[in-house]
Amino acid sequence: MEYNLGDNPVTSHSWNANRTQIAVIPNSNEVQIYKYEPNLSDWTLLDNLDQHGLLVTGIDWAPNTNRIVTCSADRNAYVWTIDDKGKWKPTLVLLRISRAATCVKWSPNEKKFAVGSGAQLISVCYFEVENDWWVSKHIKKPIRSTVTALDWHPNNMVLATGTADFRVRLFNVHMKEVDQCQKVKTEWDTDDTSVPNLVAEFTNSSRGGGWIHGLAFNKTGNRLCWVAHDSSITIADVSKGSIVVNKLKTNELPFISCIWVSDRALVAAGHGCCPMLYCVDSNNKVQFVSKIDSSQKKEAAGLSAMKKFQSLDRQARINSDYELDTKHQNTLTCLRVHTESNDAVLKFTSSGLDGKIILWELNSLDKLLQGLKI
Amino acid sequence: MTTTLKPYLSVVKHSLDAAICISQFYSQVVERHSKPEIEMQTNRELILTPMLISRNERERVFIESSINSIRVSIAIKQCDEIERLLCDKFTRFMMKRAENFFILRRKPIAGYDITFLITNMHVEQMYRNKLIDFIIRFMEEIDKEISEMKLAINARARICSEEFLKHF
Repeated sequence: MEYNLGDNPVTSHSWNANRTQIAVIPNSNEVQIYKYEPNLSDWTLLDNLDQHGLLVTGIDWAPNTNRIVTCSADRNAYVWTIDDKGKWKPTLVLLRISRAATCVKWSPNEKKFAVGSGAQLISVCYFEVENDWWVSKHIKKPIRSTVTALDWHPNNMVLATGTADFRVRLFNVHMKEVDQCQKVKTEWDTDDTSVPNLVAEFTNSSRGGGWIHGLAFNKTGNRLCWVAHDSSITIADVSKGSIVVNKLKTNELPFISCIWVSDRALVAAGHGCCPMLYCVDSNNKVQFVSKIDSSQKKEAAGLSAMKKFQSLDRQARINSDYELDTKHQNTLTCLRVHTESNDAVLKFTSSGLDGKIILWELNSLDKLLQGLKI
Repeated sequence: MTTTLKPYLSVVKHSLDAAICISQFYSQVVERHSKPEIEMQTNRELILTPMLISRNERERVFIESSINSIRVSIAIKQCDEIERLLCDKFTRFMMKRAENFFILRRKPIAGYDITFLITNMHVEQMYRNKLIDFIIRFMEEIDKEISEMKLAINARARICSEEFLKHF
């Protein structure tokens, strides 16, 4: 299914808990909330969140507490809550950063969220009840560049970050203010790190290179996947006790976003305009499975004489067929899980710079994976 | 299209396809600003290795890319004095009207005749494959255009001199 919500490129999007509403950033300083009307089979604009002064760079909708967090290039982040009249009200977050915020993500228990920024730090924010505002704690060391991607481990403590200096770092962001439990060690902990709170550090490639564009933990939190500008997909795995890193260099254009669709399968998409399914086999190697966009090239229909002269007349050229074979016509910016059951994703959505949001179905995932030994 | 031009253009096309993988990126130095990193050159890690594609020593394309912008510089074939003059006039005419061409840079980088500067804004407004197509088409057309103009100048010069010499 394909949705067109205006002509603007979609920077990012996020769904509410029951997938009836979607928050979209139309590449501007606003966030638009749309509601799906089944009887009209169309989207209606519910609300326009226009508190930010510059381009909104990240959004995340917490499903259980029904709060939206947005961050922007104007160095601010807002937590939006819905009031009795159904209007969204912003609460400013004290990020204390001096450069643009780049990405934001709620922790799985929705008590805190992390904001990455160009100020070479991550702000981990939580709600302080006494003062009635959101405050943040900074993680600075040893980040030396813009933070480009974030994801939380399901235990709410380990935070994975990707930066523009080609590195992926895992931090322990346990906070005694919000986390009732004690700080625990996870299987990701490597003891040889001298920096406090740094759990593990990976370089994207041994020779350097490749800005990290997206990363994701799987459901159980024992695999971390990241995609980088050298068109690679890398999996770090701790399911066997120690960290094993495996990298697949692809022939595609660089991926920007990745999500896990089952414990072993993931979808990556980016500049190539087509979401691709990959899986991790029993040797922890990443394998290509299939392209999810299976749309064929449109019938050329022998380029009728009428069409030929029409395009000659309008564009002064004979060949007018410059459409890509894929459904998305420009770079994909964001992938989100839509429907899942039994730890496997059935549907996911992708948004692109062409302004489209497309809902993909993965019904035959088991069938696709059957042929591979995993 | 001559046989050597086709592989040259196809290499340029594929290189551009890989180079125009850019996304929005805000400055690490100035707050609230997004600048083309390839022009600012503030941080080495945001710049990729440049590519030089040359057909011969006169005709070449230089592609420099960064995280949010790329520069494509083209050296146009100039065999003789007239072609050099025509090329200079032609590119000057275009670059004076750079706003109307969106991706054109006001000044070419040293050693090249014309430079395009493509930023993430352009990729957001326009389809990437059409941008690439435009540059390839430009490279195809410019040689044709200049040789046509050269012929026209020669023909005109001949007519002028004929008319002039009639009086003697």
